[in-house]
Amino acid sequence: MSAMKTSFTRLALAAGLGAAVAAGGVVAASAEEPKMGGVLRIVVGSKIPSYDGHRESTFGMIHPIRPFYSLLIRINPENPQSTTDFICDLCEGDIPAPTNEGKTYTFKIRQGVKFHDGTPLTAHDIVATYNKIVFPPEGVLSSRVSFFAAIEKVSAPDDFTVQFDLKHASPGFIPLIATPFNFVYAKKDLEREDGMSWHQKNINGTGAFTFVEHQPGAFVKGKRYEGYHHEGKPYLDGYVAISAPKMSVRLQAIRGGRADIEFRAFPPKSRDDLVKALGDGITVQESAWNCTFGYAANQNRPLFQDKRVRQALTLGLDRWGASKYLSKIAIVKTVGGLAFPSDPVATDEETLKTYYGYWPDVEKSRAKARELLKAAGAEGASFKIWNRAVDQPYKVVGTWMLDQWRQIGLNVEQEVLPSGPWYAGLRDPNGFDVAIAPSCQSVVNPIVDAGAWLSQDRAKNNRGYYTDRQLDEWYDAMNRESDPAKQKEIYRKFEKRVLHDEAHFGQILWWHKINPHRSFVKGWKIAPSHYLNQSLDQVWLDLPDEERKQRTMDELGG
Amino acid sequence: MATVSQGSLAVAMFEEPAAFKPWHVKLRETARKQPIGVAGALIVILMILMAAFAGFVTPYDPVANSYEYMLVPPDGNFIFGTDMLGRDVYSRIVYGARTALFVGFASAAVGGFLGLILGVSSAYFGGLFDLIFQRVMDVFMAFPLVIMALAVVSILGTGTENVILAIIVPFVPRCARVVRSSALQIREIPYIDAAKACGFGHARIILRHMAPNVMAPFLIMVTAFVGQAILTEASLSYLGLGVQEPTPAWGLMLQGGAEEFAESAPWVAVFPGLAITLAVFGFNLFGDALRDVLDPRLRSSQ
Repeated sequence: MSAMKTSFTRLALAAGLGAAVAAGGVVAASAEEPKMGGVLRIVVGSKIPSYDGHRESTFGMIHPIRPFYSLLIRINPENPQSTTDFICDLCEGDIPAPTNEGKTYTFKIRQGVKFHDGTPLTAHDIVATYNKIVFPPEGVLSSRVSFFAAIEKVSAPDDFTVQFDLKHASPGFIPLIATPFNFVYAKKDLEREDGMSWHQKNINGTGAFTFVEHQPGAFVKGKRYEGYHHEGKPYLDGYVAISAPKMSVRLQAIRGGRADIEFRAFPPKSRDDLVKALGDGITVQESAWNCTFGYAANQNRPLFQDKRVRQALTLGLDRWGASKYLSKIAIVKTVGGLAFPSDPVATDEETLKTYYGYWPDVEKSRAKARELLKAAGAEGASFKIWNRAVDQPYKVVGTWMLDQWRQIGLNVEQEVLPSGPWYAGLRDPNGFDVAIAPSCQSVVNPIVDAGAWLSQDRAKNNRGYYTDRQLDEWYDAMNRESDPAKQKEIYRKFEKRVLHDEAHFGQILWWHKINPHRSFVKGWKIAPSHYLNQSLDQVWLDLPDEERKQRTMDELGG
Repeated sequence: MATVSQGSLAVAMFEEPAAFKPWHVKLRETARKQPIGVAGALIVILMILMAAFAGFVTPYDPVANSYEYMLVPPDGNFIFGTDMLGRDVYSRIVYGARTALFVGFASAAVGGFLGLILGVSSAYFGGLFDLIFQRVMDVFMAFPLVIMALAVVSILGTGTENVILAIIVPFVPRCARVVRSSALQIREIPYIDAAKACGFGHARIILRHMAPNVMAPFLIMVTAFVGQAILTEASLSYLGLGVQEPTPAWGLMLQGGAEEFAESAPWVAVFPGLAITLAVFGFNLFGDALRDVLDPRLRSSQ
């Protein structure tokens, strides 16, 4: 009994500590003097499709590769919970205010920065990088191109000035530029014969670490870049990102001391197990997460062309119950609309409860769903969910969805696929019936992120394969609107149409980020996205000198 | 000497036929001679009964989620506890027996039958056909069973039907190879020549005259295949490449949630693991006993 009491006490203490870190970052550790040296061991739960940040959208690439690169601007690593605190990375001074009625942004570029191969960085590298991101040549995949639609031109008036000219004022511009996928590449690399694809297999950045080795399926290693442009950083000698797709392996790696941290998230039960096993040796950081877990019914399928069927699908899901119970076993928690729940633009709970699928009375909701299915002649309809072979939260929530839809008389199966074929299927307009469609964004920027629900010819990641010009019109209007109140008003109409009126997309729950890590890992603060704050230049290890040296010897050979 | 001889013959000729033995006596004798085989058969029979009457012997719907009962340890209501979605582990194991047996028998039957036909044909035709066919079989057999099944499922995709196909493919050459070796001996027996002389077609000779005579090794092989198929299905499902949620399947129950909760809720992993072990154990024991009974060399040595 006393042992049980002790472990509960330790659990509560550790959870409290974690909450304190997440809430304000006011833990004494932040005031400690960072120690130089040592190697950080990270476990990563997904593979690296390619090294190209502009092309990829997965944490499997960001976690091991981001430390090799810099951005023009980034979120403040000391205040990552803020949705408005950005600082210069390759630019210098403060974040520039717009001129020309909000249509021009001019950045002064830091001098003396060199790429890892010794090439000096100039404004022309930034221009070449953004030209690839914003205006990719035919056949070159730039995953977030639709988000940058407001940019008209990127130019370099001189070697150390970059100018962005917008088509119209865009309040979402600065957060967009801080997107962690916007790796800055060297112009000379982009001008190679295979320049547009060169970065898929090669690395040359200006980040805190230089590339050492990648053994596919095993690990990526990086070592300190002595010429890094943020003076005195990085603190680490290097890092090793170990590939471990299975969650249980990652958990045991941290528990057994073979890894120090995992930057995506662990489910609540794993957090509790780690805290129970390691007590003070584990620090837990938690945060709301800028990831939605939803589904898209493929409107190329006749069954889902009828909006009553789509509305029935959303009505069939008990979101409030899921929030209460699924959050105990999965990394999902918050019921919300399209916007990040704590963002000023987010819908309040009372309004949300008027949307289909958000009614508090689940039985009433299911009765309505059955009624709509009957009216549409789709009672007992059969279809498959296209799901990803990742335990958290995909398979857990996917299986829950099957049970929910079974309760309104639908006959649903799921097909679970590894990430590669799953993504390939999503990109195929006829590849699936209903797809699990998570929308994970990095910097919280709901107005711009709403671009994911535009018509299929504008949003490359529109998994419902629909065309809705009303949504396109409202999206453009709210992105040009500088009055926050009016912007919110348009956003409300946009959201209601997506979730309720047309039920193009089924939002289920927002994710909840839980990062338990070894307590000696210092300097890293949780952000509301697993893509953010991953430069690792501020991370250090609070370990004895000998232990840090030994790690460097073990991982980097000296 | 002669009288004695004649007398002996007379006694033998008029000896009473062997007394009729009731089934329970025969069963007792078999149990005495093959106790392990009978234990295996009992496990198999129990499993078949569970699968057949799953609806009657389970208290809960095996796929229904129940928020209120997530990860409940074994107790009076849930004898094997519940999993992370509040599903009754006992009900899922019983229904899982259906999946295991369906995959096991379907794969073993189809794979075995194809192997039988191909193996006997290869022995019957011999020559270049046999040579080429056996080299093709060599290629297939060069891959371990699970690896071959993984390759097939990677091409075809997941799902029960594809898992069955994935298990059939590596079974066929294994069965064909064993059956061929027995069929080679049969081919040399004069009655095959007699059948040819009578003008019987190849198919008739293969199916009616050769195949029935290789039944003993074939049945032993097929019985062993059922156990292997169950294990392979569980392996594929465990790797996420087999049967998909929410279908109750033992390998699937070991995957995902069971890994995550193995420490805090061990019943989620222990009972499906035991079910797999017991089923494979049962089929292997039964197969061994069958071999002992059907193989004349082993029978005479007893």
